[in-house]
Amino acid sequence: MASNVLSAAASASPSTSPVTDLLKGKGRLGSGNVGSLFIKDKGNPFLNSKSCGRISMAVAVNVSRFEAITMAPPDPILGVSEAFKADNDEKKLNLGVGAYRTEELQPYVLDVVKKAENLMLERGENKEYLPIEGLAAFNKVTAELLFGADSPVISEQRVATVQGLSGTGSLRLAAVLIERYFPGAKVLISSPTWGNHKNIFNDARVPWSEYRYYDPKTVGLDFEGMIEDIKAAPEGSFILLHGCAHNPTGIDPTPEQWEKIADVIQEKNHIPFFDVAYQGFASGSLDQDAASVRLFAARGMEIFVAQSYSKNLGLYSERIGAINVVCSSTDTAARVKSQLKRIARPMYSNPPIHGARIVANVVGDPALFDEWKAEMEMMAGRIKGVRQKLYDSLTSKDKSGKDWSFILKQIGMFSFTGLNKNQSDNMTNKWHVYMTKDGRISLAGLNLAKCEYLADAIIDSYHNVS
Amino acid sequence: MALWNAVASRLARHRSWTAGVGSSRAMSSWWHSVEPAPKDPILGVTEAFLADPSPDKVNVGVGAYRDDNGKPVVLECVREAERRIAGSMNMEYLPMGGSVKMVEETLKLAYGDNSEFIKDKRVAAVQALSGTGACRLFAEFQKRFRPESQIYIPVPTWSNHHNIWRDAQVPQRTYHYYHAESRGLDFASLMDDVKNAPSGSFFLLHACAHNPTGVDPSEEQWREISQQFKAKGHFALFDMAYQGFASGDPERDAKSIRIFLEDGHSIGIAQSYAKNMGLYGQRVGCLSVLCEDEKQAVAVKSQLQMIARPMYSNPPVHGALIVSTILGDPELKQLWLKEVKGMADRIIGMRTALRENLENLGSSLSWKHITEQIGMFCYSGMTPEQVDRLTKEFHIYMTRNGRISMAGVTTGNVRYLANAIHVVTEST
Repeated sequence: MASNVLSAAASASPSTSPVTDLLKGKGRLGSGNVGSLFIKDKGNPFLNSKSCGRISMAVAVNVSRFEAITMAPPDPILGVSEAFKADNDEKKLNLGVGAYRTEELQPYVLDVVKKAENLMLERGENKEYLPIEGLAAFNKVTAELLFGADSPVISEQRVATVQGLSGTGSLRLAAVLIERYFPGAKVLISSPTWGNHKNIFNDARVPWSEYRYYDPKTVGLDFEGMIEDIKAAPEGSFILLHGCAHNPTGIDPTPEQWEKIADVIQEKNHIPFFDVAYQGFASGSLDQDAASVRLFAARGMEIFVAQSYSKNLGLYSERIGAINVVCSSTDTAARVKSQLKRIARPMYSNPPIHGARIVANVVGDPALFDEWKAEMEMMAGRIKGVRQKLYDSLTSKDKSGKDWSFILKQIGMFSFTGLNKNQSDNMTNKWHVYMTKDGRISLAGLNLAKCEYLADAIIDSYHNVS
Repeated sequence: MALWNAVASRLARHRSWTAGVGSSRAMSSWWHSVEPAPKDPILGVTEAFLADPSPDKVNVGVGAYRDDNGKPVVLECVREAERRIAGSMNMEYLPMGGSVKMVEETLKLAYGDNSEFIKDKRVAAVQALSGTGACRLFAEFQKRFRPESQIYIPVPTWSNHHNIWRDAQVPQRTYHYYHAESRGLDFASLMDDVKNAPSGSFFLLHACAHNPTGVDPSEEQWREISQQFKAKGHFALFDMAYQGFASGDPERDAKSIRIFLEDGHSIGIAQSYAKNMGLYGQRVGCLSVLCEDEKQAVAVKSQLQMIARPMYSNPPVHGALIVSTILGDPELKQLWLKEVKGMADRIIGMRTALRENLENLGSSLSWKHITEQIGMFCYSGMTPEQVDRLTKEFHIYMTRNGRISMAGVTTGNVRYLANAIHVVTEST
């Protein structure tokens, strides 16, 4: 045991620690001083040799079993905000994580949410455990919001809806269900897609592969490639589709393209699996943004839909969403729901109540629902306005004749700029614009006042860096 | 394909039916092999209770505290905390490891206000989805970094423990715990199992108020267990879901953990605020792992976050804010301590009342275990058949292992309960 203690001390020197190796590898995050990226308020614990190797005076009986554990890499999306926080330049701009900001670049709690919370405070409701499947009122309004209150899948009670921990948690429940009941079946995810999708399927041990989606030549949809790859997948695969406002590209199929996608999925007996994280945020209309899901449901298909209220109700940290499984019969839906519960129970027993109550109050009350629709339009409208201003700034400043119209064609919170990794690094290093390395910018973090500055940065990075 | 025809003709009635291509294949369900899942043995009890129309019904199933009127309780300190935080916070994502402030306060409760381990930053800790989520994070962590290991679980234990380690794909072993004849601890067999387990095994221990038996080792017994763990180099994961709820004093309830820390063990702790702060539905808890040094703690924490990210990304904020508001304010913290003691005292009072009532009814059986056991639950010793009779004949709901949630016992129903128990046990 003593030797283990000594070896812990010996391995703690900064030059050999797995942490600094990692930090060296992370130079691509763009900041010149790599070590500063991870500075917390009190300085960088990883490079502070004083803190390494300090061992308590108590005899370490169970010498650590965790010797070999290395530092996990920072999350490619959430790590951007950390880097942004560490930057002291006043021109800095955070276009990293997809969280809506006002024109003043402040976080925004929706008025309807505040009203709902006040109502809840007044009522003084208790905090008892929810059932494993979550708050019934929440599940009901969520299914109606997605499929439309008058949809046959609702009236025929063919949807198994289980409250989940926002989009992530709902995807995870579905992934485990797939692993359990379709062992060996593959999930096809778009190239590119939200970075956490692959983590979810990896941890659930569900094999996945990619279908072509983004075409860098057109900065648009590689529709033929997408159809080919879906066709080529083994029959009975799960096809992960973004319901609207594709993350990270902002490129959505047209209604005609959605029809063709549905055709080929049916032909190949695949199961469509929608991730709906931005309903209302794409066009500003909740119904319009659900059109793709409703199209598939109307064809009588069995569908997975993972859904989140993080963005459209601004309930990010409340972790509120749902997994919906559209089945061909009421009985099947009941059975599927019971198995989803069995997956949730050993993960977290039952879901958190606060966010569910907020949603049930807002979506379930006609007056608050109408107010919400208006706030939704306002948020989506601000983003559209910013897109327009950015486009105008780019076209007026850039004399090269490059077509920047993709900024207007893309939809939702994000824009895929087409900037490559080096160019994205330039955005950060030279211009203090923080974004993800895949060239994605979150327009939710942009305001009208900064559009010209951003245009300058993009033009410089695009033309002067390769 | 009669089934398909029937389904297809039903759908044909809907005008929204527009597809031409391959629609027939979609009709036979993908899910025909999906069986209905069995009801959860604990949460299913409350479902059944809610569905019962009888005015006499009593719910002593799930472990959720009730006041003497049988009503759920929201603590005063919680209401005050909610008033303070209402409207003042935005809802931005918490970091993957959760609320830093809440975790800090939570570690103080478990390790001690002045713990050297906290000062030395040796504790890797993340906010978790109550006790379940904390256990699950640990189980996944154990699977990932000690794939050859198993988990030793006491018999009996909270049924969801088995589900958690099973879904994390960690093999389970059991160790003796409950002694049926004495309705107490089978200490000798427990120690044998600890001795006989391969060195360096992982053990799940209930820190206090064992669920479902209410049987805890004494302080002396904990010291012996700790020594034996030392001799065998075992790892101890403490599940502490009832700190404060057992004796009424959180410091006292953490005694087992403090003994292990004094003896130099590097332990793991799963903590929950569901019961002791009444935050059940908020899902607030914490998983901590004591490491050799700060560097290791940072690495371990980062890996725990990697497990959380594809499960739920980051934990819910509301409950965490309530906890940090209360524990961070000396007055509110005092109020909380008072309220926790009040809940524990009421339960201790109901234990006394239930035992006295049974003895006064002239039961020939011994019921002293009711007052000897501690915490929310009483392991009555009743058989599943007797429990079924309690439900069918008396509309009394509890889990079939004979576990009574004392929190559901009130001055209003204790005599009815005692009478029913007497009837079904005496006639055996």
